[in-house]
Formats: sequence, C-alpha cells, structure tokens
Amino acid sequence: MLTSRALVRGLKSGFWRPLSSTSSVQAAHVKVPQYNNRLDTPLSDVPFVRNLNSEQRQLKEKEKGPWTKLTKEEKIALYRLTHELTYPEMRRGSSEWKTVLGGVFIFLGFSGMLVWWQRIFVFGEVPHTLSDEWVEKQTQRMIDMRINPVGGFAYHWDYVKKQWK
Amino acid sequence: MFRPVVRLSTSGVRSLTRTRQCYSAPLASRCYSHAKVETDEEFDARWVTYFSKPDIDAWELKKGDLLKNIENTSASFYEGMNTLIGYDLVPEPKILDSALRACRRLNDLASAIRILEAVKDKSGPHKDIYPYLIQELQPTLIELGISTPEDLGMDIL
Repeated sequence: MLTSRALVRGLKSGFWRPLSSTSSVQAAHVKVPQYNNRLDTPLSDVPFVRNLNSEQRQLKEKEKGPWTKLTKEEKIALYRLTHELTYPEMRRGSSEWKTVLGGVFIFLGFSGMLVWWQRIFVFGEVPHTLSDEWVEKQTQRMIDMRINPVGGFAYHWDYVKKQWK
Repeated sequence: MFRPVVRLSTSGVRSLTRTRQCYSAPLASRCYSHAKVETDEEFDARWVTYFSKPDIDAWELKKGDLLKNIENTSASFYEGMNTLIGYDLVPEPKILDSALRACRRLNDLASAIRILEAVKDKSGPHKDIYPYLIQELQPTLIELGISTPEDLGMDIL
C-alpha cells in the first residue's frame, strides 16, 4: 500500500504535471496569444519583443510624439520591436531543396550499389538454355514448327528466301 | 476599384452554370440568394468608418476573425486589418488612409509600415497597384511622418 502511494505521488509530479494546463505556463504555451510571421496576418496578436529594456522604452515614448521627428534607424528599430521578419524575409525561399535532392540521389545511388554487388556476388550463372548456341537451335526449331504463323514469330520469317523479313 | 482587376475567383464561370439552371428566367434576374449585395462604395465606406472610430483600440485595428455577416451593411466593429487583408481585393487608398490614421491614434508606427508592406504583397503580380496607392497616400504619409518600406530599405533582403 505504501509503495502504491509513492507511485501515485511520483506519477503526479513526474508524469501528469507537464500535461496539466493550470500549472506554471511553459515558454511556448499554445493557449497564450503568440507572435507569428504570416503573410495573411500582417498584424500579430502580440509584439515580437515584449520585454523592453530602458532604451527601447524610451523609443516607445518618442513614438507617442510626431513621427516626423524619428530618424530612419529609429523607425526600423520600432518595426523590428513589433515584427520579427519583413514581408520579403518571410517570402524568401531556402536552399533546402538542394539538400533534399542530394539526399535522394545519394540513397538511390546506394541502392544501385547494392543491386550491382548483388548481381556480381550473389546471383549464380544463368541457365544454359540462355546460351547463344542453345537459342540458335531453339529459334531454328521454332521456325520449323511454324510458331505463330499469322501474327507472331514465324510470320516474320521468309520461308522462300530463308531469312527474316 | 481594383476588385474587377484583381479578383482571382472564377465567378464568370460560376454565373454561366447558374443561368443554365434557370430556363425561363429573364436576363435581368438570376437565381442567386436574396441577400442584398454590397456595392464597392458601400464596402469602402464601411471600412473607412470602421477605422475612423476615434477611440479604436489595438485589438480592433488588428482583428482577425469575422464575427458579422458580410452582407450586413451596417458598420461592424469586429473586423480589422487582418480581416481586410483576408479579402480577395486590395483596399482603396481611402481605407488605407483611415487605417494609417488609426495607427497614429494608437501610436503604432510599426503597424503602419506593416500595413503598407501587406498591401504591396496583396497586389501580387499586379505591380502597378502599389505605386498608385503610395502616390495617393503621399499627403497622408508626409503629414503623419510614415516612411514607406522602400525608404527604410526594408523591401529588399
């Protein structure tokens, strides 16, 4: 009975607490409004930088006055406080496709290597019935037997001139 | 004004298939729903009024979800910039002017610049819309002291 109580206590602290939503809020808790970079949502719910240092707070105070008095750098700084990425930065692609394609080719090549090795070291000889000598004799017999004389094999053999048509 | 140009939906094809169903209907009446369709001017006026609210707050400026029926033409105070960007159109200069002034009332320069970036992105392949908008908004931009993203060098990577 004591061991089961300890087990429950262990479960409570170690297992259930991380799943609970009423315990201390973790860093990226999805129920709290979050910042996001989205092309279709220009104004996010919260600014990118929430905890301003004193310099940034001064800038925010200056923002309350006429904007004509702000320098370009200050305007850019204000924008970057509220937004992480600009639209061109959001739209910028990456070179990930090269990595993906390269990986695909590497694995295909590796598979090809395996198949080649298998061909050389695993497969035995082909049956003797596929040797040139046998196939010649076989073909001659097929012609003599008039295999598929209408639409197939013997149709293509010219019996007068004794050659393929 | 830009909606006939930029509307990407296949409404032309849709109306073709609709008329086929109404054999005896005269040309003027179509078998559409009976809700009142909002004209462009009414749409613009509604949005200008929305952003002109003197005590607009930051949430209303941003507002994402649509709480009211679009066909209800009275001013809805539960739509905002995110909703406007969600529509299949580029907003008129007067709507943007109203929105920029709302940003000024909220002391939010970053949002003002973001709105300009958003409408430029919204015009997509039609590269002549954004310069027109900036030209129309120039007096407001100068008055409020809003720099365009191009001025700040934020339109390039």
